[in-house]
Amino acid sequence: MLKGRHLLEPLDFSISELDDVFALAEEIIIQPELFARVCSGKLLATLFYEPSTRTRFSFEAAMYKLGGQVIGFSEPNSSSVVKGESIADTIRTVACYADIAVMRHPKEGAPKVAAYNTSMPVINAGDGGHQHPTQTLTDLLTIKSIKGSLNNLTVGLCGDLKFGRTTHSLIEALARYEGIRFVLISPEELRVPDYIRKEVLTKKGRSFTEVESMEEALPILDILYMTRVQKERFFNEEDYVRLKDRYILDAEKMKLAHEDMMVLHPLPRVNEIAVEVDNDPRAFYFQQAKYGMFVRMALIMKLLGV
Amino acid sequence: MVLVNSIAKGIVIDHVSAGRGIKIINHLGIDKAEYTVAFIMNASSNKYGKKDIIKIENEIDVDLAALGLIDPQATVNIIESHVITRKINLKLPEKVVNIITCKNPRCVTSVEKNAPQIFRLVDKENREYQCEYCDDIVDVKGE
Repeated sequence: MLKGRHLLEPLDFSISELDDVFALAEEIIIQPELFARVCSGKLLATLFYEPSTRTRFSFEAAMYKLGGQVIGFSEPNSSSVVKGESIADTIRTVACYADIAVMRHPKEGAPKVAAYNTSMPVINAGDGGHQHPTQTLTDLLTIKSIKGSLNNLTVGLCGDLKFGRTTHSLIEALARYEGIRFVLISPEELRVPDYIRKEVLTKKGRSFTEVESMEEALPILDILYMTRVQKERFFNEEDYVRLKDRYILDAEKMKLAHEDMMVLHPLPRVNEIAVEVDNDPRAFYFQQAKYGMFVRMALIMKLLGV
Repeated sequence: MVLVNSIAKGIVIDHVSAGRGIKIINHLGIDKAEYTVAFIMNASSNKYGKKDIIKIENEIDVDLAALGLIDPQATVNIIESHVITRKINLKLPEKVVNIITCKNPRCVTSVEKNAPQIFRLVDKENREYQCEYCDDIVDVKGE
């Protein structure tokens, strides 16, 4: 039963609860018109303390397509946050009006603070370099739809694995499935945080290797999950400039991959996937974005219990 | 051999790892106490070789989780009428609230000052705790 629950971290839902969300998303994909009024009279609050285009649009589109309404802010300067209001007070106030809230925040764990201060469902839409569980729902639904299963896959994650919240969430979520092998491709400075290496991978006995060469990894992958090196996560501009174009996937490198490897990317991309790869049938990142809206529709419905 | 009298009523913190007694004294804030406090350093111990002992002749509130974090080897003995009425073996607490502070500058607790600092034990052997909010891992060996 997901009604009234929060989604703060990728493991908040069991595998069978995730399957329920995916099954509903698949129903919505087939006949979206059947769901056009299920959230009539419900209000979604979007609390975006950090810029976002696709995640916010995706949530707003999801709520509107369910017949609900949306309130919120898309940058903190347009809200009482600028006056120094705490997250706890903001969420308590918002809960007086809204039925469900989505929060993006530059600080890690911020949605958890919100959730601890309200019984209204809170969805983490990205907290700093920490987690991004609804992107993971999107990623899992995309993989499941294309590969038919979430088991027995060799998954390469490439780029900024230190601050890349989508990769942290995806690793945690996929680590629960059978026969998953991770290949973590990053420069030394951008390797996964200790808690992912120790608590998620090592302690649970998951198969993983850490490499620096994308070319070396490509031939063995079923999925390549590319990420952007995020300028906003660096304290030091020099480090960003040095690392930002470390990995660029282009048509030449795609020749090294096998013919049914999937290329995913949470988007937005900058230079890490050359535009020429977009036409490769193995490129699924735009399809992935579409799944994002459907899975968020399913999530909103489940948390509201409609 | 140093002789210290037994106490009539109060608390004896025994089997403290040698050298950690001062941390407990500081934590409890009893260095400025007006009641009797005996602090014995490097007493001989059959089990550990050396140990510290703290005897407090007063009823005071002690946070067992905090003491366990400082020294899980120690024991807390409650004394009434010169007799031990309760003996508590300390251990590393599973969860600590407002004892450890998250050092991750990206953690929400760096800006949300009223949020309780919550940590959970993830590795007993290495005395590692994980922040409830940002998942950062800290070791408390130096606490």
